[in-house]
Amino acid sequence: MNRWLPIEWITAVRFLREGRLQTAFIIGGIAIGVGVIVFMSAMLAGLEANFIKRVLTSQPQIQLVTPDQIARPLRNGANEVEDAVVQRPSQRVISIDQWPKIRSQMLAMPEVTAVSPTILGSVLAVRGDASRAISLSGVEPDSYFKIVRVPDYIVAGEPRLTSEDIIIGIELAKNLGASVGDKLNIQAADANRVLTITALVDLGNKGVNQRTAFAALRTAQSLLGMIGGVTTIDMTVQDIYAAEDIAQRIQASNDVEADSWIKTNAQFFTAVQAQETSNTMIRLFVALSVAFGIAAVLIVSVIQRSKEIGILRAMGTSRGQILRVFLLQGGLLGFIGSLFGTAMGVAALIYWHAVQRQADGSELFPLILEQRLFVLAALLATLTGLLAATAPAVRAAKLDPVVAIRG
Amino acid sequence: MAEEILRLERVCKSYNPGLPTETEVLHDIDLRLERGEFLALIGPSGSGKSTLLNIVGLLDRPSSGRLSIKGEDTASLGDTAITHLRGHTIGFVFQYHLLISAFTAKENVMMPMLVDRGFSSAEIEARADELLARVGLKRFADNLANNMSGGQQQRVAVARALAMNPDLVLADEPTGNLDTKSADGVFELMREVGRTSGTSFLLVTHNLELARRCDRIIEVVDGRIVS
Repeated sequence: MNRWLPIEWITAVRFLREGRLQTAFIIGGIAIGVGVIVFMSAMLAGLEANFIKRVLTSQPQIQLVTPDQIARPLRNGANEVEDAVVQRPSQRVISIDQWPKIRSQMLAMPEVTAVSPTILGSVLAVRGDASRAISLSGVEPDSYFKIVRVPDYIVAGEPRLTSEDIIIGIELAKNLGASVGDKLNIQAADANRVLTITALVDLGNKGVNQRTAFAALRTAQSLLGMIGGVTTIDMTVQDIYAAEDIAQRIQASNDVEADSWIKTNAQFFTAVQAQETSNTMIRLFVALSVAFGIAAVLIVSVIQRSKEIGILRAMGTSRGQILRVFLLQGGLLGFIGSLFGTAMGVAALIYWHAVQRQADGSELFPLILEQRLFVLAALLATLTGLLAATAPAVRAAKLDPVVAIRG
Repeated sequence: MAEEILRLERVCKSYNPGLPTETEVLHDIDLRLERGEFLALIGPSGSGKSTLLNIVGLLDRPSSGRLSIKGEDTASLGDTAITHLRGHTIGFVFQYHLLISAFTAKENVMMPMLVDRGFSSAEIEARADELLARVGLKRFADNLANNMSGGQQQRVAVARALAMNPDLVLADEPTGNLDTKSADGVFELMREVGRTSGTSFLLVTHNLELARRCDRIIEVVDGRIVS
């Protein structure tokens, strides 16, 4: 007996140890519950991180575009509106006004990590008899590849974009029967250029892979008839979740429209929210069933040990000490169960991570084993154990020693 | 005159007071016990012996009357004070040994001192060893309570009752579940402890032969002391 521990600790540990089978079963139950929570939380966090990574490496976090062109009603005098109905004008593709100045301003912002001017327009890709309407992005590869990781998505070729090069989606290449090194005739409204395919990219979406092409900024500018102009300024920021706030600040102080990835991927956030809600509900119900299991076992233990509780009371043990003996048992069960549960959850995660793969063979989710999750699981399980033990502990403390000893 | 350890004056106990099912189990009990006295409490089953023992042991409270332990009236004491007084003044030996099965013999003896927290671990160990030696079970110190015979367990229970050096030991049929030889051994042990340490004993028994070997016999019939 460790005499340095208070009697409540010694008694609680001994009671648990003596009822080995009962203790083993309830610890098993708690471990399964904690294991499920750890597994689910870590896997969902991993899936979410993976999804965010995929979303954010294939699109800019903030995109600055020209503001909508609006027609203002004619005014006669100060306030009088002459024509009440104003038709929305068609939106011409125009360059962002004074974009080099805006780019410098953006680069000066401490929360911004990369800025890249881009021009976007529709052209026709022609090879032999085949032609496809595509969306051509004119980019500065050095800065743009920091925002959209085009090199990560290359399946063939190399990430080179001189003024004579073009990178195209794999589906487009299939449709045109082209591959790396082949020439493509790119036709715009007023110009046409022959470019060499330097790489094929797979951006993870068939439609996108059919329409996407990247060329050097100057090449695209001349093709699209906007020498020196850009249609968007793409950016990345340090804190991805602050993107919307930053976008709003930029929009407020510049004559541009700033769209953050949060705004343009609203559906994704709804999905994440729904996933988190269902995850929370599952966690809550698992914790509840664990709590009921602990309470049931301890109530049985109080009944089984009523004589011993009576003796303890007879030898001067206070009601408070008896209360603590059973609270401690609940807390200990929760804590020990959480250790086994965490181990089980991690083992399941490692197995699942190894077995489950995406269609392209890459991992379904990154294996994120955060210490914080384990500490939180242990804390929550211990707290659940303590709470679950409250009713049995109060019952034990209230036992009349005379009745208890009589059994 | 010897020091008075226990005094009961007109103690009554009834269950369900004020209800049609009210049952009075003890009527006007007067009792006095002096230091070192060895008293036998006899009487038929259901006569109120155990109820009386529970009241004396501060496990139950009288419905009326006065109970004093070492001159202190217990009526005004709260639950905490009663628990403290019980832990320091009274030791219990029950019929069914009632050791705590999860602990060894020595640990059972140490329990009252651990509960009290007023002793150093060295003191607790030394006292437990001394008491186990006194009841002749030193070599069984590390045996779990369940791995001992009835007689041995009851000896451990006696040692545990003496752990806090109480003024009074209450024994409810301590030999009732033992064979004659073991019963005799346990009784003699208690007798010897009473003689040497000045501990008073109140012993409930059905065994008249044992009762006759006590200093005094009190007979309870239908909740009254008849002799």
